[in-house]
Amino acid sequence: MSRTPLDTVEHAAGTPDVELPWAELGLKKDEYERVVEILGRRPTGAELAMYSVMWSEHCSYKSSKVHLRQFGEKAPQSDALLVGIGENAGVVDVGQGYAVTFKVESHNHPSYVEPYQGAATGVGGIVRDIIAMGARPVAVVDPLRFGAADHPDTKRVLPGVVAGIGGYGNCLGLPNIGGEVVFDACYQGNPLVNAGAIGVMRHEDIHLAKASGAGNKVILYGARTGGDGIGGASILASETFDDAKPSKRPAVQVGDPFQEKLLIECTLEAFREKLVVGIQDLGAAGLSCATSELASNGSGGMRVTLDDVPLRDSTLSPEEILMSESQERMCAVVEPSKVDRFLEICDKWDVIATVIGEVTDGDRLEIFWHGGKIVDVDPRTVAHDGPVYERPYARPEWQDALQADDANALPRPTTGAELKDQVLRLVASPNQASKKWITSQYDHFVQGNTVLAQPEDSGMIRIDEETGLGVAIATDGNGRYAKLDPYAGAQLALSEAYRNVATTGAKPLAVSDCLNFGSPEDPAVMWQFAEAIRGLADACQQLGTPVTGGNVSLYNQTGDVAIHPTPVVAVLGVIDDVARRTPVAFQEEGQLLYLLGDTREEFGGSAWSQVVHDHLGGLPPKVDLERERLLGEILISASRDGMIDAAHDLSDGGLIQAVVESALLGGKGARLVVPDGLDAFTFLFSESAGRAVVAVPRSEELRFNDMCGARGLPVTRIGVVDGDTVELQGEFELSLEELRTAHEETIPALLA
Amino acid sequence: MTARIGVVTFPGSLDDRDTQRAIRLAGAEPVALWHKDKNLHQVDAVVLPGGFSYGDYLRAGAISRFSPVMETVIEQAKAGLPVLGICNGFQILTEAHLLPGGMLGNDHLHFICRDQKLRVENADTAWTADYEAGQEIHIPLKNMDGRYVADEHTLDKLEAEGRVVFRYLDVNPNGSLRDIAGITNEAGNVVGLMPHPEHAVEPLVGSGRTDGLPFFTSILKKLVNA
Repeated sequence: MSRTPLDTVEHAAGTPDVELPWAELGLKKDEYERVVEILGRRPTGAELAMYSVMWSEHCSYKSSKVHLRQFGEKAPQSDALLVGIGENAGVVDVGQGYAVTFKVESHNHPSYVEPYQGAATGVGGIVRDIIAMGARPVAVVDPLRFGAADHPDTKRVLPGVVAGIGGYGNCLGLPNIGGEVVFDACYQGNPLVNAGAIGVMRHEDIHLAKASGAGNKVILYGARTGGDGIGGASILASETFDDAKPSKRPAVQVGDPFQEKLLIECTLEAFREKLVVGIQDLGAAGLSCATSELASNGSGGMRVTLDDVPLRDSTLSPEEILMSESQERMCAVVEPSKVDRFLEICDKWDVIATVIGEVTDGDRLEIFWHGGKIVDVDPRTVAHDGPVYERPYARPEWQDALQADDANALPRPTTGAELKDQVLRLVASPNQASKKWITSQYDHFVQGNTVLAQPEDSGMIRIDEETGLGVAIATDGNGRYAKLDPYAGAQLALSEAYRNVATTGAKPLAVSDCLNFGSPEDPAVMWQFAEAIRGLADACQQLGTPVTGGNVSLYNQTGDVAIHPTPVVAVLGVIDDVARRTPVAFQEEGQLLYLLGDTREEFGGSAWSQVVHDHLGGLPPKVDLERERLLGEILISASRDGMIDAAHDLSDGGLIQAVVESALLGGKGARLVVPDGLDAFTFLFSESAGRAVVAVPRSEELRFNDMCGARGLPVTRIGVVDGDTVELQGEFELSLEELRTAHEETIPALLA
Repeated sequence: MTARIGVVTFPGSLDDRDTQRAIRLAGAEPVALWHKDKNLHQVDAVVLPGGFSYGDYLRAGAISRFSPVMETVIEQAKAGLPVLGICNGFQILTEAHLLPGGMLGNDHLHFICRDQKLRVENADTAWTADYEAGQEIHIPLKNMDGRYVADEHTLDKLEAEGRVVFRYLDVNPNGSLRDIAGITNEAGNVVGLMPHPEHAVEPLVGSGRTDGLPFFTSILKKLVNA
């Protein structure tokens, strides 16, 4: 872009024939023509920079918008929902005057390019979304997916991602309480680094991203603006990786968690003193996004002087300043009389804060540089009226063959020795093995309110010390199920997260999602995407848990090969008294083990089919949302009334995986008996949904059975907590020591 | 009567509010102290909490030791004020030369968070009187730079004078020399350790144990009885 003369609005109007690098900035030809049409002239360089980042797939949701609407259209009636889709994060009423905000986002592409910083800044970004709602962040969770566990590049990506998440989150003082780690060759060139966060506030403290009140000042505070991450949103997140192009390393941002910690504290102090009219964090698309969104959500326009932005690099051009994704920055709208106090608080925390503009009574966003007007746009056209695509989609022709390749027909173990061998292989397989080597790199104690953390079914945080009110969160996704049937796969992800929250005793309230898919330009991928959203929206409607927000990550593919469709679902729940929570670990010998729900011959997409046969085919387990709801109600009642001492949801790996985990965590074994009507293999490895295993004290046996009977939930006694082995009567016996070795040594052996 | 125990908040302190809660649960009165304020506000004892005081991009605690509040803490500690440094606080105390030795990065190069078994070696300090010598306890540990090092002479001297207060048991989680988890000064009023007793004070949260509570009851009794 020519630096002389300055490309002002006036200059642009007078030089209609100047060629701008719209293609290099990621805009398609028709999109550029639309910009020209909106403005009635060619855009200035600065305007082009803004439109290109804001109209990128990452910021505009142009391919996904038409499908995402279903989350609103099918949203169930929920009294708990205080702020829904469209803000930085959704907000849910959890009672006693408290509101909780939570969201999951992706930082997939940057984390492949530069694992440590990519993952670190992913945590930073989601945490700023939480602060921007007015809440104090209280916990983070990290659903992660990597290529094959034994692939050499996994050893580059995974340790970097884990260290980045730890390095950033630990430094912020946020307990990491949940998430997942999944390995599959389909993620080899596209690891999925999703990051979730939860924040807590009082109802009256909810803040929104809007600039209102002419004369109010726009304050940029936090880190100085540098050259990092320029074009990150448009180029990094919206294009498929291709080895032939030059390195994209400089487009990844670098995080400074200490600066973010200061930002949290000074923002919360400003909120406490009611100094803030509107607030927005600077994430993808940096100042372009913050100014256009604040202005377009508010009642007036906005005037910004870009010369006042504190810079780390004085050679940055105005276009670069607008596009920079330098981390740890926020933008607040403050009444003139409160500006001094706001700046004082920033100074107390040694945070740089600068008034860079003000809200006007017009309806334009105007940006000035060296005295010239370089941006003059209707902010809505930048922030909200981006292109919308009805991308073609079609069920792929291979889908039928995949579903016909039935996993139920795979050779099964027949003897006790074979069962024993396959149990050991299952619990030692990278996906089922203990992730302690990873999670021990995260602080889960800080803030002093962690009631449950991984490997529990859901993370749980106490939010009121007096009453014991708490919230639980679980994130789940199963790309294998979704590949077999994206509609059912999305519903199974929701079912599992819902079940995980209920298993710990909390009532599921609301959903956030992170939808990770391949290229939307591939009709097969678009079909997977459309099916997954339809499935999730239908299921949320039926379970009464609205989607409050989330994130879409497309273009997760290498060349022509897309990742498994991977909708990751986070469910937030509330528990009146955290003292009633139910842990996974077996607590006491002699307690009775019950299996809740129905077990069918369902092995499609199962861990068993992957570990033993390296197979993916058939149909995923049947979805039964009414059963999930009933199971949830039983688990919550049983926890509230003290009828169960331990509970574990059954999901990948089936019953035996759950029993082994509960036994190892509690240091107490189990004697199991195959119930009538089932064979040993199906009993151990089936992945039928809507099930949990619970440990019931003998004194509660009658009451518990009566409750399940009265409500119509199938309940089967399957054994007892006992000894220091896991035994399937008449088939095999495995010592806890042997199981512990198998379960805990896999990951360190591969990655340490 | 109760005792007033100050908890310093540096800009990057993380466990400051948790430490205040532990002090409250022990029955004492927590007093928030600010790193830019030299005034200790007549507290009877001071805790330097965990965290990354000024980001710790240099050496953990290297900058904090020059902060205004530390000027007074150093002066008063030398005059007998009880001071406890937890994790980052321990790192600051060594940087301030109130305790000997120093801290390096964990030998395995990873952040480590675990419920750590310890043996109480010295139950005579201001902060450990409610334990018994030889008692085995579990206290959460979480840090990046927890490897305690000192020269042989210093280590021998610490051992000879009974100034090793806690030792890691079962697993040495970071490569600390002689399994040292915490030490005290000659007078026994200044104690530093890497594990976090404030996260083992309630059965419901943290490690689910209360093995850390005696730190805070020890100091309270000492101050109230003084």
